Amino acid sequence: MSLSSLPEISRRRADSPHSDMFLRMLLRAAILGRGHVASAVLAMVVAAAVATSLLNLSVDVDSKLRKEFRSYGANVVVVAKPDQQLPQGTLDQVKSALAGRGLAVPFAYAVARTSSGQSVVVSGTDFDQVRQLDAWWRVSAWPDKSGEALVGERAAAVVSPTGEPFDLSFQGRTRHFIPAGSLRTGAAEDSRVYLSLADFRDWTGVDPSTIEMAVTGSPAEVNGVMDSLAKALPAAEVRPVRQVMEGEARVLGKTHATLIAAAVLVIVTSALCVLSTLMGWVFDHRQDFAILKALGASEWLISGFFAAESAVLGVVGAVIGFGIGIGVAAWIGRASFHAPVIPRFSVLPWVLLGSIVVALMAAALPMSVLRRVQPAVILRGEE
Amino acid sequence: MFLRLVFESFWRQKRRKALAGAAVMLGVSVATAMIAVATDIGDKISRELRSYGANLLVTPQQDSLDLEIGGVNLKPPGDGSYLNEADLPKIRGTFWHNNIVGFAPMLPVQVAVGLKGLDQRTLVGTYFMKKLTLSKESFLTGVRITHPWWTVQGAWPEDDSEDVLVGERLAREAGLGAGETIPIAGQPHRIAGILSAGGAEDEQIVAPLGLAQQILGRRGAVRRLYVSALTKPQDALAGRDPRTMNPELFERWYCSPYVQSIAYQLQEAIPDSHAEPIRQVAQNEGAVLARIEGLMLWITAAALVASALAVSAAMATAIFERRREVGLMKALGARNALIAALFFTEATLLALLGGGVGFLGGAILARQIGRSIFNAQITVEPVLLPVILGIAVIVTFAGSAMAIRHAVKSDPVYALRGEG
Repeated sequence: MSLSSLPEISRRRADSPHSDMFLRMLLRAAILGRGHVASAVLAMVVAAAVATSLLNLSVDVDSKLRKEFRSYGANVVVVAKPDQQLPQGTLDQVKSALAGRGLAVPFAYAVARTSSGQSVVVSGTDFDQVRQLDAWWRVSAWPDKSGEALVGERAAAVVSPTGEPFDLSFQGRTRHFIPAGSLRTGAAEDSRVYLSLADFRDWTGVDPSTIEMAVTGSPAEVNGVMDSLAKALPAAEVRPVRQVMEGEARVLGKTHATLIAAAVLVIVTSALCVLSTLMGWVFDHRQDFAILKALGASEWLISGFFAAESAVLGVVGAVIGFGIGIGVAAWIGRASFHAPVIPRFSVLPWVLLGSIVVALMAAALPMSVLRRVQPAVILRGEE
Repeated sequence: MFLRLVFESFWRQKRRKALAGAAVMLGVSVATAMIAVATDIGDKISRELRSYGANLLVTPQQDSLDLEIGGVNLKPPGDGSYLNEADLPKIRGTFWHNNIVGFAPMLPVQVAVGLKGLDQRTLVGTYFMKKLTLSKESFLTGVRITHPWWTVQGAWPEDDSEDVLVGERLAREAGLGAGETIPIAGQPHRIAGILSAGGAEDEQIVAPLGLAQQILGRRGAVRRLYVSALTKPQDALAGRDPRTMNPELFERWYCSPYVQSIAYQLQEAIPDSHAEPIRQVAQNEGAVLARIEGLMLWITAAALVASALAVSAAMATAIFERRREVGLMKALGARNALIAALFFTEATLLALLGGGVGFLGGAILARQIGRSIFNAQITVEPVLLPVILGIAVIVTFAGSAMAIRHAVKSDPVYALRGEG
């Protein structure tokens, strides 16, 4: 090949369609260099999988943990204004405002007298609902028939020390009750006798004065429910249980922050490892680079080729990693919350974008080194 | 010769070694930090869970039945018995005193408020942030520790003053504000602040314990005592009745910070008392803690696997790049075992160097996480170092093994021609 024909060759090359050759080179590189590609893709897949699972978890973990925190019981209470009862139908209004996002349990209270003349607080409630709301109540047996009562441990010492049936009187009306089981909470409930709401109303004629609610959801959702209830029930007061709400916010906040810190750490590490792996891989191809350059390819074309190759690796790794990550997140969800984490496809674009950015960075860094080197030096194997 | 080969390999390929070493270092620091955080998270979260307030309630043993509805006790005043305030510092003498974060005595009394339409109100006497001393050791305790959700507009009263807090609903009803005075039982008292508690206290007056005792006319009387303690999650042993245990089992139970055993010790420390776990707080604490610990464990596992795989991938590429070198060595007559030994020695050196630096990095990371999230120290046990280094060596070995096998097995001719 004479020197005079060089410009002609390069002109001819410039005129021929580039895209065809470009694709062929990409494909051949992927097929021929399986071994090299495998470790780079593996690193990419791992990084993408970890990023996907942690992003997925951090989105979902709040709602999962909030459910756990509802085992602390009511976070909102509706109480009657002083010396009043809640108007009829309040419970239905509360339940419709909740729309299935939680529990609402009515409580009615009265002070009754035992046969020996001692005072004891009697409460009427819905046992099925209380069981779900106050899961920490230690109950030996729940009442399931009319006329049965649940007796707090301290109250039991007064009304029925040996578990025998007892009489209680309220405003001259005396009723006979059978203790179904005993109740232990370590708090005020221990000094009360609980009856079913129907029995209680039938006996005392007193309506519920308190509705305890466990509203699931974020603080904004809970506040929304409280606002709509306050509007719908002008005769009652709607109060947050600050002890429960603030404790939850605090613990959740810290857990979330730890999770995010862990996610950032792991994602940064795997991104850097991918970067180093891909950089090694691009650097390994410096001979191709030198040959392309020697053959007269423009720097843009070569850069484009390497960039496209890394980007393809990035995309493939991200997609496979996304699939694995979703699986890992679901598994962690099942293992620690007994409920799978719902896959969030909104994470995918971010994982893709992140992978491509890392891949392009991995291509760009070695390129800037190689660009300064004479192809002849590389081809002689000295660099 | 072997040593020279290793040395030269490190000296001449600084860039590649640095890359592989950096991968190992990063992987190890994340692993170290995550292990440290995961082992410490239980302790940190259980401290955060104390923001739910007291988990133990101490009452007089011979108490009459409470008549409490909606946080208001209807029991006639003077009824029932009391604990003795002088016994309270003894709590710090119990076996698990370091686990007791704080305690607050409560003494509710009925008082006549000299304002229109208010007459009878409940005044609760308590400690706000009281300094107590037991055998030279002094400590602070009160509702500001046991009831962290109480907020005050204005200032908290001093424990030795006669200033009071007024609940926000009561204040609204009576049109009172911080800095004004309220006549209680015929005496004017300064309102230090308006209390928002989200409970029955919002309709009550909260005062230093001494003032409530003075109104009641019983020095040293305490109606109930809230104790906030760090406890261990429940297990099979925790819930058993100590009376049915043999001495050996009893000792194990007694020396574990279960909420039940702390209750037992409180009962021992305070004469004529009955201590009971508040199940709403005590029971759920364990459940929430177990969930969060489980979550962190899985995330740590995921992080460990990720960093192991990332390190492996980096090592594999590093060796793959050197197949020409392997080809040359084989062509010169080196045995496979020697080549493998060379690479493994290099991998071990990398793992030890990267692992050592990574361990330090991880310790700093863990500290940083502890300080910024929990406002507390997370320390990495030095015992962890050999374990971490061991894992680093195994992981780099595993990552290198495949690539080394491949490099050693291949025909040197192809490798030298650049076709391997």
